[in-house]
Amino acid sequence: MTRVYVAGVGMTKIGRHFDKGFLDLTAESAFKAIDDAGGIEPEAIVVTNMMSSRLNEQDSLGAYIAAGLGFRGKPAFKVEAACGSGGAGVYNAYLMVRSGLFNAVLVVGVEKMTDYPTSTVTAALAQAADAEYELFYGASFTGLNALMMRYYMEKHGVTRDEMSEWPVMMHSNAVSNPYAQFRRKITKEDVAKSQVVADPIRLLDSSPIGDGSAAVLLVSEELAKKMPNKPDVYIAGAWMAVDTVELTNRESLDRIPAARIAAEKAYKMAGLEPKDIDVIEIHDAFTVNGIMLLEELGFAPYGKAAKLLNEGRFHPGDRPTANPSGGLKARGHPVGTTGVYQVAEVAMQLRGDFPGLRVDGAEAGLTTNMGGDGSSLSVHILRKT
Amino acid sequence: MPLSISPARVWREREPRYRLVGKRCKKCGAIIYPPRPACPHCGSRDLEDVELPRTGTVETYTIIYTVMDGFRHKAPLPIAIVRLDNGLDNGARVLAPLTDIDPEEIKTGMRVEAVLRRIKQDGEHGLIAYGVAFRPVLSEPRK
Repeated sequence: MTRVYVAGVGMTKIGRHFDKGFLDLTAESAFKAIDDAGGIEPEAIVVTNMMSSRLNEQDSLGAYIAAGLGFRGKPAFKVEAACGSGGAGVYNAYLMVRSGLFNAVLVVGVEKMTDYPTSTVTAALAQAADAEYELFYGASFTGLNALMMRYYMEKHGVTRDEMSEWPVMMHSNAVSNPYAQFRRKITKEDVAKSQVVADPIRLLDSSPIGDGSAAVLLVSEELAKKMPNKPDVYIAGAWMAVDTVELTNRESLDRIPAARIAAEKAYKMAGLEPKDIDVIEIHDAFTVNGIMLLEELGFAPYGKAAKLLNEGRFHPGDRPTANPSGGLKARGHPVGTTGVYQVAEVAMQLRGDFPGLRVDGAEAGLTTNMGGDGSSLSVHILRKT
Repeated sequence: MPLSISPARVWREREPRYRLVGKRCKKCGAIIYPPRPACPHCGSRDLEDVELPRTGTVETYTIIYTVMDGFRHKAPLPIAIVRLDNGLDNGARVLAPLTDIDPEEIKTGMRVEAVLRRIKQDGEHGLIAYGVAFRPVLSEPRK
């Protein structure tokens, strides 16, 4: 069976790009990825994005971006899975190459959020939830995650102070990442004193609003062998699982079962276990997401991730190192492209050329991108040949 | 002012939304709310309508300060997931606003009951969308 290699990666800095639209941002990341792969021309383009329809009044996004970047006549489409769009798009491209039908597929994600007031962006993001039974009542996306955060903390006896270690570590990790939206350290006190968005979630538990684009070029083994500089990072395992969009129909509010399912499948495909993973880039749109995912991915026992984090686990130097990029919290979360950033970052960690905090000698890495509050989960495991 | 509430959209949800009609899975016994065409737990399509009890317990809650467009006048907005009472079965959960309570008094585990409340409206003279909200149960008869 053909291996799927990550032949090229490209990212833009995340932030307020007042001067750049969809095409400016995607051109920067996509052309970087193609050039990084030695100029290989993609045979198909997967565009990942969440909110272009609602916020930017732009549909036909697959055609708009692919044709705009010079790829007229090729297959292209948009993949949407709310905040999990990026990972879902990489998963689609992986399937396309793995199927044998394509030798080179470009995944390019983009989100443009900063042109609109916060209340408008908040309402658009809330469409990740159930429109009739969550959104209808004014339950914002932060609000839904706050319901899970309170439940988790009360059930497992986790304190505010313990939870705060996550955003503190994320901000510290991001300091040296040139692509990160925030490159300044914060303290637990800063988190505890920051504005309450939806109690118990505070501003510094939340990923920021930002614009950005990331791209990865996936190629078949056949094509990889012909490249002068053969890529040495491949996708060893990939899976996606969904869950009920509405929180009320799940068994428990402190679990993300779709993450566990996707991870178990991906580990099995890769022939690896959690202990074999050196570096992870996981979905922490809110502090509680990062904590719960550490448990679902097999890195911490149920209810214990925050405690372990406060004992120094998952910090730089430990294995796996969690989110050396700074994660969604500090690297940033241009929602529909975040999963592409994660794959690009882990590929660079394994190649040894990530320009920020490096996990030296990393041989295997994992990414998890989540749509909704646990409704669309994709997991990718990358390995070095 | 343009119509943002679709009458048909509000009307077709009337049974689950106003009367708390969910589904019971005849195969695995799960109670499903909001109703779905297949059981989220076992996948069975063999479901029956069931009117859920209107009292329950707050399982978790939040108070939303950064509200979405359309909810500014309701900030801070308390939202809860309520585990409904349900005899022998596992009670279904319902997500809804909390009403008639000071946000400071909300606590996990508090007893609440469903009432009908105005959720949103199209301007001053436009359509009104109603839905369930939960208020504290002040006194309950002894069981």
